[in-house]
Amino acid sequence: MNSYDVVVVGAGPAGMACATEASRAGLSTLVLDEQPRPGGQIYRDIEVSDPGRRALLGKDYGEGARIAEAFRASKAEYRSGAVVWNIDSEKRIDYSAGGRSHSVQAKSLVVATGAIERPTPMPGWTLPGVTTVGAVQILLKTSGIVFEDLVLVGSGPLLWLAATQMIAAGAPPKAIVETVPRSRYREAARHFAKALRGWRYLAKGFAMMRAVKKAGVPVHSDAADIAIEGEIAVTAVTFTSGGTRQRIETAHVALHQGVVPNQQITRLMNCKHRFDDSQRAFLPVVDESFETSIPGVYVAGDGAGIGGAKSAEMRGRLVAMRIAEKVGNRAGEAAKLRTELAKDAAVRPLLEALYAPAADVLAPADATMVCRCEEITAGQIREAVALGAPGPNQVKSFLRAGMGPCQGRMCGLAVSEIIAAAKGETPSTVDYYRIRPPLKPLLLSELAGLGAEEPREAAE
Amino acid sequence: MPQRIDGSGETVRFTFEGREVAARAGETLAAALIAAGETTTRDSVVSGAPRGPFCMMGVCYECLVEIDGVPNRQACMIVAEPGMTVNRQTADEVVA
Amino acid sequence: MTNRTADLLVIGGGIHGCSAALQAAMRGLDVVVIEKDTVARHASGVNAGGVRRLGRDYAEVPISQRSMEIWHRIGELLDDDCGFQRAPQIKVAETDADLQDLKDRAAHLRAMGFEHEVVLDRNELRTHLPAVSEHCVGGLASFDDGFALPYQTTFAFQRKARSLGVRFEENCRAQRVERVGSDFKVTTERGVFTGRKLLNCGGAWAGEIARQLGEGVSVEPTAPMMLVTSRMPRFCTAVVGNQSRPLSFKQMANGTVVIGGGRRGRALPETNVSELIFSELRQTAETAMAIFPIMRQASIVRSWAGIEGRMPDGIPVISASSTEEGAYHAFGFSSHGFQLGPGVGEIMGELIATGATNAPIAPFSITRFTPEP
Repeated sequence: MNSYDVVVVGAGPAGMACATEASRAGLSTLVLDEQPRPGGQIYRDIEVSDPGRRALLGKDYGEGARIAEAFRASKAEYRSGAVVWNIDSEKRIDYSAGGRSHSVQAKSLVVATGAIERPTPMPGWTLPGVTTVGAVQILLKTSGIVFEDLVLVGSGPLLWLAATQMIAAGAPPKAIVETVPRSRYREAARHFAKALRGWRYLAKGFAMMRAVKKAGVPVHSDAADIAIEGEIAVTAVTFTSGGTRQRIETAHVALHQGVVPNQQITRLMNCKHRFDDSQRAFLPVVDESFETSIPGVYVAGDGAGIGGAKSAEMRGRLVAMRIAEKVGNRAGEAAKLRTELAKDAAVRPLLEALYAPAADVLAPADATMVCRCEEITAGQIREAVALGAPGPNQVKSFLRAGMGPCQGRMCGLAVSEIIAAAKGETPSTVDYYRIRPPLKPLLLSELAGLGAEEPREAAE
Repeated sequence: MPQRIDGSGETVRFTFEGREVAARAGETLAAALIAAGETTTRDSVVSGAPRGPFCMMGVCYECLVEIDGVPNRQACMIVAEPGMTVNRQTADEVVA
Repeated sequence: MTNRTADLLVIGGGIHGCSAALQAAMRGLDVVVIEKDTVARHASGVNAGGVRRLGRDYAEVPISQRSMEIWHRIGELLDDDCGFQRAPQIKVAETDADLQDLKDRAAHLRAMGFEHEVVLDRNELRTHLPAVSEHCVGGLASFDDGFALPYQTTFAFQRKARSLGVRFEENCRAQRVERVGSDFKVTTERGVFTGRKLLNCGGAWAGEIARQLGEGVSVEPTAPMMLVTSRMPRFCTAVVGNQSRPLSFKQMANGTVVIGGGRRGRALPETNVSELIFSELRQTAETAMAIFPIMRQASIVRSWAGIEGRMPDGIPVISASSTEEGAYHAFGFSSHGFQLGPGVGEIMGELIATGATNAPIAPFSITRFTPEP
């Protein structure tokens, strides 16, 4: 089995930057990423997008090109289309690529699997034609696909970014239905002074809102009680805003309530996690160099707490520097990077307060489906708690919530929130699903063939 | 209907439910299907209700299709190849 | 303020602890169950769910029969069907030698007076398992067996017991067990519990409790591995084992296939962690595909391993203590205790409440591990 000083899982900004820095410090480095090309979701298809598409996606997207170029120029080995399905306590990694499974040994493991969108359970959210806002951006980045009747629903910077990108692409959204309650602005205001250090983000935020206004996109503020209608696909979205019930006909709805760390690998490895009240999500517990409670396992980027693409790149570099330093290799200068990282994070408390997830999504109505794979409703989860099921794992065993192919990615946080509320506790005490391998479904025949090819090959 | 904003690139053709679908070279099956107006890719294995691509990044498993006879493939993670035979994954197929 | 005294203290909230607690409560005892984690956290909640008499150690057959009778009316006992489904259990023979072994076993059981295990020839095997691979030559079946949902079952035992007044102290580890006068004292992270009688159902952690009572017995923690596939077309209605390769194979009502059978992962009982060893589980995948070629299409959605206690001779301890009167043991089920849960709970309830049982539990006495003087 091949062995590397550093194996990085994920080729977004954190993973690419970490690998570049690690190989620069003389560490043998392998990057495993499940997408066909580097970039992660934020810089998806950055290498193949033409200048036209880059222009409409914005200057920040273009930043990814520099990171990807440096990564490609580095000595780090890169394996695309590699789906990591297990990592054991000795940091032996099993991954699937080209229809076969392979194993590699990592001395240090860097989890750079970023963020996923927060589950947004609401009536009708499983209907075809409903996607996440991230999905809409991915369609634009990879294929230049836009919709003439897209309704954006939810809250968060990504909602506004997607709207401005659609406008730039000549297909403004049909409407924005924003779930930020009016009272939030007052609550968030106390973070404003601190956020001024991150004026660039604030300026970008205001610019996006201006662009939406200028394009004449209707914005329905303080929206609640959202329901998506349709029999076999979306036909309309309804909501209450400004004291009246409203209805917008559409075949395409995109939902967003912020992004949260992708915990699958750190949970699988039994790293310690904590619930962060401000981000309203579970975060792996990490030290100042992003090392988890398991020695030699690091989390670079949004996986350690949402910070955005710039922060992810810096964190990736810091992780590489720390690993290099530990083995006595010459590492880059971390102090300046840390200062920059702190400055970049200044805007986060304001964003987290203002764009905290909507109450309806945290506490869906009893009839709302929460686990999409196994079709388990919020009411069923509350009933299981009433019977005495103490936490997510018992609810999972009892109801099959989280047992489908997505393995709880689309319901886990919501299930923890619902159980906590039903028990009068916090998500922190009820905790989260235990994550079991394979991290992604694996053909039985592929498992049967594990180790059949000797000697094992690793990256090409 | 969805639209493509930029000029035609190289095209790859595959079939979905027996109909020909054109994909841009290098894009995923799910993107090509959405561009072709196909938002339903499978039926729920529990209720039979229709489902379609949701996250487009490999985490939700809503876009599972049958490709060349092999079920449970993620349309959003698999790049369209010429001549692929893609079908909706129906509830009957998995729970007969 | 919690009432910390009881007639009976049960250590361990697995299926055996919950079942015995229920049965003791049904006989009028005041019971507290002390569980270090949560009920059904380990092997009882995450086993393969086989409800199997087939292929048991000969000593276990009578108590397995007794348990099976309860399984067939589990809904009446617990007001919950436990997901129990009657289904044949079939052990497949891949070679003539395997089939001969199965025939010999059936003959031995008949001589003992048990008729439930029936030899299947090549054609009969295919009547019950149409999807079985061409090379399989026959099998051994027990038709009135089945399978159930492990967590739902253990949880149902807990709820029923609770409804009869049994108190469950979860997240409450028993740190020290001792005799004080005529009582047993159990010191936990949440105070001291006192009971007239004590039952050790501590599974992989039972050895330490037994040791504190002065018993010379060791329990090996093991982690039998299982996996489940995504839903498949219905092709198998029996629970399938294999005569010469470890396998436990069943298709659930929802179409998913659960495969286990004894390949072991890494058990770390100190930290509650179990780790899968895929180079081992690989063989389970191979065996499943060899017996059912349709499994080449299957995808694994999840795999897991519950932590379980194994005895050196592979059969459990079901016994009064050899050192302390009023103490009892039911542990070390060695990866096949789920089916026995209802029956052994009844036996222990009877034994503890009345001081006697007519169940043939002598082969499971803890004294079998007492060193010769």
